[in-house]
Amino acid sequence: MLRNDLPLKIVTRTLAILSAAIVLLVFGFLVRESQPALSQLGFTRFFTDASWHPLSGQFNLTPMIVATLLTSVGAIVLAAPLGIASAVFVHFYAPSSLAIWHRRFIELLAGIPSVVFGLWGLVVLAPIIAQLGGSGQNLLTATIVLGLMVLPTVAMLSDTAIGWVPQDWVHGAAALGMQRWAIVGKVVLPGARRGIAAGVMLALTRAMGETMAVLMLAGNIVEMPTSLLSPGRTLNANIALELGYASASHRSVLFVSGLILMLVVSVIVIGVSRWEGRSNGGR
Amino acid sequence: MADDNLPASATNNDRPSERAEFIAAAAVWMAAMLVIGTLVWILTDIAVRGLSEIDFAFLTDEVRDAGRAGGIGPILLSTALILLVTLAIAIPLALGTAIALTERIGQETCFSRNVRRCLDVLAGVPSIVFGLFGNAFFAITLGLGYSILTGALTLACMVLPILIRTSEQAITAVPNEYRFAAASLGLGRTATLFRVVLPAAAAALMAGVVLSIGRALAETAALIFTSGYVTRTPESLLDSGRSLSVHIYDLAMNVPNGGSQAYATACVLVMLLLAINATTAFLLRVAGFSRRPAMGTQR
Amino acid sequence: MKSMNTLVFSLPWTVIGRTVIGRTVIGGTVIGGTVIGGTVIGLALLALSLGCSQNPSNVNADASGSKLSGRLTLTGSSTVAPLAMEIARRFEQLHSGVRVDVQTGGSGKGISDAHAGIADIGMASRSLKPDEADLRSNQIAADGVGLIVHSSNTVSELTRQQVIAIYTNQLNNWKEVGGLDQEITVVHKAEGRATLEVFLEHFGIDNPTVKADVIVGDNQHCVKTVAGAKGAIGYVSIGTAEADIDARVPIRLLPLDGIQASSANVASGDFPMSRPLNLVTTESPSQLAVAFVQFCQSADVHDLVKSQYFVPVTSESNVAK
Repeated sequence: MLRNDLPLKIVTRTLAILSAAIVLLVFGFLVRESQPALSQLGFTRFFTDASWHPLSGQFNLTPMIVATLLTSVGAIVLAAPLGIASAVFVHFYAPSSLAIWHRRFIELLAGIPSVVFGLWGLVVLAPIIAQLGGSGQNLLTATIVLGLMVLPTVAMLSDTAIGWVPQDWVHGAAALGMQRWAIVGKVVLPGARRGIAAGVMLALTRAMGETMAVLMLAGNIVEMPTSLLSPGRTLNANIALELGYASASHRSVLFVSGLILMLVVSVIVIGVSRWEGRSNGGR
Repeated sequence: MADDNLPASATNNDRPSERAEFIAAAAVWMAAMLVIGTLVWILTDIAVRGLSEIDFAFLTDEVRDAGRAGGIGPILLSTALILLVTLAIAIPLALGTAIALTERIGQETCFSRNVRRCLDVLAGVPSIVFGLFGNAFFAITLGLGYSILTGALTLACMVLPILIRTSEQAITAVPNEYRFAAASLGLGRTATLFRVVLPAAAAALMAGVVLSIGRALAETAALIFTSGYVTRTPESLLDSGRSLSVHIYDLAMNVPNGGSQAYATACVLVMLLLAINATTAFLLRVAGFSRRPAMGTQR
Repeated sequence: MKSMNTLVFSLPWTVIGRTVIGRTVIGGTVIGGTVIGGTVIGLALLALSLGCSQNPSNVNADASGSKLSGRLTLTGSSTVAPLAMEIARRFEQLHSGVRVDVQTGGSGKGISDAHAGIADIGMASRSLKPDEADLRSNQIAADGVGLIVHSSNTVSELTRQQVIAIYTNQLNNWKEVGGLDQEITVVHKAEGRATLEVFLEHFGIDNPTVKADVIVGDNQHCVKTVAGAKGAIGYVSIGTAEADIDARVPIRLLPLDGIQASSANVASGDFPMSRPLNLVTTESPSQLAVAFVQFCQSADVHDLVKSQYFVPVTSESNVAK
């Protein structure tokens, strides 16, 4: 290594530490804001109180945590297969011009604001789902729209990942007489799995962080969801809904819910990262 | 071309696998069409409700009557400034971090593993928490107030994870032969990076930037608390100015009878996105490297 | 060695420059800046140049070389914000040295910002609570709250008992109150909102006893929900509902105790449910803030209040509190 590589190393490491430090700043902010509520109420009340009625002293967050997990995981269940299929479509099944347009459309989908998705869901999709009963604003509608919102992330990252699988592998598999679906399923997708997993991970965290669209579509009732058509309120929608009109202590409680969401995200991230490390054999 | 690279199956008589191939192809096509169909549905809905409101005056006039009259000129300017400053902050930061994370290709160091974890968690921070954080830290603690700069700093934090992830992928994907060739020429790591690796990864890097621009333009909740609500033409980066998505939100959900202007603004935003994406693709093609849909590496 | 270094640094340019990578070296580093910068700056310059051409008209409209100048920041209720924004624009045209910035964040934030001095004036869509007594509140408009149903709903009026029963889950079908055979979808507002508090207070309902099907945040959210579900009932600002009915959104306002829900009835004091829109300041606000508040309460801005579908208040008006 030449001497003049040291500046590069120092500069890039500093930038990396800076990027990583942002999340610590956000955590610190959340802890500071939720400290009054935590010291007054303690941690267990957020899981054991009777309901969520902050103005009457009830602070049970469990139905909201469940709703958050349901909508995010549901969105991924929807977006991951469609996104990966999109990427496979662009690389293997589409004629060249259609593939370029498909890619452009996905890029476009990535930039549509959550408000527009929410509006479309509220005005177009909800009345359709209302045919099944109720107002149309429930976890199903929210999950569908959320899935659409995170689809481009999965699609574009899988697209790039598939693109970098060496062509030799594909040619080798074809030479062995494998059919297209087999090549895709048994050679390309496993080869691209790190990139695809990264896309799915990013999409999951994005889905957990989405506020606006879910607020407009999930119904916002704080109750344990009993079916896909039950309304629900996610932790973010709760913060958005109640923050502007909350007294100081109520605000603090809302920040506790934000903190809990961050903790859930951290647990998932670290869990996946450990599992990935183990399954790759430390590669 | 995808079709040319893959020869037809050598064993055409194999019924079950032929059927499997048909099912697989049908499934993939249906998925793709579903995605495109839904997108076209959404775009048509927006266009039908809002396209008629757009004319040149709409794009340049000041905002009047809480957005129901006049146009969106100052808002376009504010959005442009926010976007520009966000990228100016996020791109160097993301590039530097991506370089630091890909120092040793194929091996996870403790440093890179933990930085990646931090970034993944950052990607999961809710947009409204970012808005409140940006308000508390950039606007109040650092004293910038509601301003375009505050909004841009907050947005930069938000697009950082996705920009870093795509840049990492782009850098890792450059074939090792390039690095070996550069090393055999005696180039140090810095020179290899800036003269060989980064240019080769440029197309994928730009794709990541485009994805981030999309994400930044789409953000609403974070910007309400940071770059603010003001509709006046901003005179400096420390002035408050609302972005297009905040304007859409206000017109659709807050101001009575603002629906058609909200959809018109949404149309403008979609067209802006199309313009940015198309320009990027065009310039990349002119420079000689397009991301052809075909499989394989860019040799 | 020196010659070795020159070889190292010039060789890449000559050899690599002739290959595919050569093109990328030239194009690659410039592309990034050009694409983003060009598109964005071009758009920015366009808007700026056209925006600038509009500004001189503001200067010419300066009425009388007024000596008011400075910057005013308002934060708070998103209901009051559009009105405050329009009034602020007119105020800026009259006093060219003044800049008034309006931000949102909710009534609670507005009041706490006014308290902490972060904002000069707080906007609130409710009256001050007892623990906020150290602040001064100035009403600038009133906003009636009325019940809405889908326009296809045949029910013409609901009694007080029926409304209470619907919201506390004792009545579940429209046919029980003389309408079609349709399940009632109850739309309620989120806790802390003034509209909700006015509604609950008028009907004497406790929030924990309400069983709703959907909880909404903004007025428009409520309107769109009711418009999208035939069996829905909700309550919104009367002005908003009237604006949307004018725009042919399929909703209908229900009368209350026999009185039609209309802005006129709110202004005359006949309609019982309404909430005040207030500008909140500390006990000793700045001269600029006082001037602005007085402007908001003057008759000069009644047309703006009406254009935002609120009801202007004068000292003699008897809008029900």
